[in-house]
Amino acid sequence: MHALDVDYMLGLVPILLGYLPLTLEMAAVGMACALVLACLLAIVRVRRLRFLNALAMLFISFFRGTPLLVQLFLFYYGLPQLLAFLVAINGITATIMGLTLHFSAYMAESIRAAIVGVDRSQTEAALSIGMTQGQLMRRIVLPQATRIATPTLMNYFIDMIKATSLAFTLGVTELMGATQKEAASSFLYFEAFLVVAIIYWIVVEALSWLQRRLETRLNRAYQR
Amino acid sequence: MIELKGITKRFDNQTVFENIDLSLARGEIIVVIGPSGTGKSTLLRCINFLERPDAGHLTVGDLAFDVTRATTREILALRRRTAFVFQNYALFANKTALENISEGMIVVDDLPKAQAHARAREILERIGLADKADAYPASLSGGQQQRVGIGRAMAANAEVILFDEPTSALDPEWVDEVLSLMKQLATERQTMIVVTHEMQFARDVADRVVFMDEGRIVEQAPPSQLFHHPRDERTQRFLRKVLPQAPV
Repeated sequence: MHALDVDYMLGLVPILLGYLPLTLEMAAVGMACALVLACLLAIVRVRRLRFLNALAMLFISFFRGTPLLVQLFLFYYGLPQLLAFLVAINGITATIMGLTLHFSAYMAESIRAAIVGVDRSQTEAALSIGMTQGQLMRRIVLPQATRIATPTLMNYFIDMIKATSLAFTLGVTELMGATQKEAASSFLYFEAFLVVAIIYWIVVEALSWLQRRLETRLNRAYQR
Repeated sequence: MIELKGITKRFDNQTVFENIDLSLARGEIIVVIGPSGTGKSTLLRCINFLERPDAGHLTVGDLAFDVTRATTREILALRRRTAFVFQNYALFANKTALENISEGMIVVDDLPKAQAHARAREILERIGLADKADAYPASLSGGQQQRVGIGRAMAANAEVILFDEPTSALDPEWVDEVLSLMKQLATERQTMIVVTHEMQFARDVADRVVFMDEGRIVEQAPPSQLFHHPRDERTQRFLRKVLPQAPV
């Protein structure tokens, strides 16, 4: 047992922070794509569109039913063997793809529940004054579904940020990959991984703070 | 002028009502009474196509069509001409009182926002809630919410306002303010069809009272006649139940 090498840890912080943007970028792009895909899946599920509904259920079942790491390996190492044009796929793209598909499956179900959770009588009221289905969705249902879904979706976003660390298994030097390399050359594994843990922790805490503010804002209309 | 001809509604294989005929002139106020579960609300919902009738012909103002062949466009046109007031208010929870009233004018009637808000403020004034413009439904009392619900219907500028038991969900203390707003609309000769259990309101306000039982219009007459000299035995039985001291 040795004492913590604090100087080493402090020196490591700026080095590792240099890799934070890539981590956040993968999470942000992944989240944006996952949100769009999840909304489409949720609408297919809510409207029970034939064929598409069955397809959506199969998709959700597969991507919820298998580990994210397996999916990432499937995309990065497996698919290019099957589809020649994917040979050039890099680790970052494969990670974003994997995060998108994996998390959209989970998010689709919470968005679906949120849409269904909007009081049905408001739907009737909107229709009764002559709104179209599209206007009803945009003006009445989705804004309220957003409020219902926000806490869960923020949790998935936090999960996704942490899940980007799996990219290092595809050879991407992001936050986790960089830490691994630093630790391997200094042999100060505990220090290095402690620093990276604290960085992830702080990022997630900052997001949680943002989430609380967002929820307060979204709940404004519902205060008695 | 509103006319229902042969309106029929079935749920699965059960017929709610069959061949209902009803017509009212502009400015006429009709109150529909009758035991629960006789299809009064369903009939009202059919006029607004919240329920799709299975047969019949509908005329509202310059719009007339066969309900079995109604196109999406006709349904939207029908809904613009008929406004609905719900038993449970059904206000948009994410919108203020003002926005609840202006929403239809902005989205459906394509009015500029400023103009829609100005009209909504006039309506808030008329329903006595000018000071609640920026309040969200969650912060309003039941009576205030239902008045906003009526305001939203007024804003639609519809040929007819359909009231579906507008006071049944209210605590007794809020019933009067809603009824008196409806009376005010009646004195302005707003065409309306009201489904209600408020017999006093029917007596005071209706031009014609329609008694429905088991999916049929049993009897319809001006309130003085229907309440004091009901012809049909079923009407008599119903009135004896709801008006214990009725001179029947």
